[in-house]
Amino acid sequence: MMERTVRMEMPIFYALLLFMIIATIIAVETKNLLSSVICIGAIGFGASLMFLFLRAPDIAITQIVVEVLGLVILIRATISRDRTFITGDREFFGVVVSVVVVLVIFLAGIKVLETLPPFGTAVFAETAGAASQTYVREGLEKTGAANLVASVILDYRAYDTLGEATVLFTSIIGATVILRRKSRKLLEEPDI
Amino acid sequence: MKGMTIIVKTISSWVKVLIFLFGIYIVLFGHLTPGGGFAGGVILASSYVLLMLAYGREFAEENLSLPVASKLDSVGALLFAAVALCGLCCGAAGFFFNFIQQRWFAGQDRAFDLVSAGTIPLSNIAIGLKVGASLFLIILVLSMFRPDTSTNEKE
Amino acid sequence: MPYALCFLLFIIGLYCAVVKKNMVKIVIGIMVMEYSVNLFLVMLGFRTGGTAPIIGRDDIVTGGTLTELFINSSVDPLPQALVLTAIVISLGSLALMISICIRTYEKYGTFDITRIRRLKG
Repeated sequence: MMERTVRMEMPIFYALLLFMIIATIIAVETKNLLSSVICIGAIGFGASLMFLFLRAPDIAITQIVVEVLGLVILIRATISRDRTFITGDREFFGVVVSVVVVLVIFLAGIKVLETLPPFGTAVFAETAGAASQTYVREGLEKTGAANLVASVILDYRAYDTLGEATVLFTSIIGATVILRRKSRKLLEEPDI
Repeated sequence: MKGMTIIVKTISSWVKVLIFLFGIYIVLFGHLTPGGGFAGGVILASSYVLLMLAYGREFAEENLSLPVASKLDSVGALLFAAVALCGLCCGAAGFFFNFIQQRWFAGQDRAFDLVSAGTIPLSNIAIGLKVGASLFLIILVLSMFRPDTSTNEKE
Repeated sequence: MPYALCFLLFIIGLYCAVVKKNMVKIVIGIMVMEYSVNLFLVMLGFRTGGTAPIIGRDDIVTGGTLTELFINSSVDPLPQALVLTAIVISLGSLALMISICIRTYEKYGTFDITRIRRLKG
């Protein structure tokens, strides 16, 4: 039973990754900005399915909802903007240099990835004395939560969540300040 | 933003309740099943975003106006910090100490109960409130933006 | 091999962010990089034939201790927890970048970064 599911899931991973790569290439290379944004949605839903098959249902739920909201934001930015088609590319020399640098990074990264253990071994959990083993072993006893991810984000590593709340707060303040309507008038008025 | 056709309005008036209930379920059962404060908060925000897309921005603003949403955002953040500070006051271990579980329920076999896991459900509620209110605020601010005509005339 | 495909995704996003001159395309490249990094971190914690890190009633022996089968087959919860926060942060940063794009479009009437530079003088 277990052998069959193991054999089944590797082609699923490859198919989903290829789907995401094809969607990314279309999103990068298409001229129409709206279809490129919709391809981003395809990548996000592919990633959500991938998380589901990687045994991470928490992230799959979050990713699929975040993707919907992100699509709303992106479409809000691109729709009803008349000049979204940009033809032509940058200077030839700059493009060549960028592509060469990106290729060098790719080759170096492939070399580094070869030193990793093969796919399917939990790299952190296999290490002796790693924190992950403690979380799995003692998570239920110490925190009482059956969902180990919840016990990690809200009990063991709650500082991470506090930092996340701060970053979210800051990004909203930034968006509000950038998009406020009366910026010029408020600047001209003297402080009270 | 006048809103969409009557079909979309009718369907979304039914669906928004279900989405909201599902968000509350995801937040409350975050320590037992997949989900939690982050996913539930985003689902809560998306129910209001559906309302905004179907009925127009003014209708959504009547339900949850911008000052109320920003207050909810702050209340969520403060609640999360308060839970953390209670751990500092009530236990020896310090900030984010899970005092309810380790003080009062230590050794009891209460796994898979809705009321279990100490401070984790409280933190889940706080995080869900914070994330939902913030994401609703982001979309509200983005949809409130209109082209500034005065700057264009000036230049 | 799945690691390499995931890294290829990152590289395409990097190419998009470096070479393209449309502002929204640059935002899209950054988003693709975020996806690939999240995917890579979750992949590092994956275990072949593993189970999700959520304890069921069958995984508990009497007395509250876990079975060895669950401990040895559960995937790593730590990268999943870190990625969970990173996804929500990415939505916040996406909104910030998009608001900068909208503001720039209202100011200059275009998404083209080379023309924005020219207007600055």
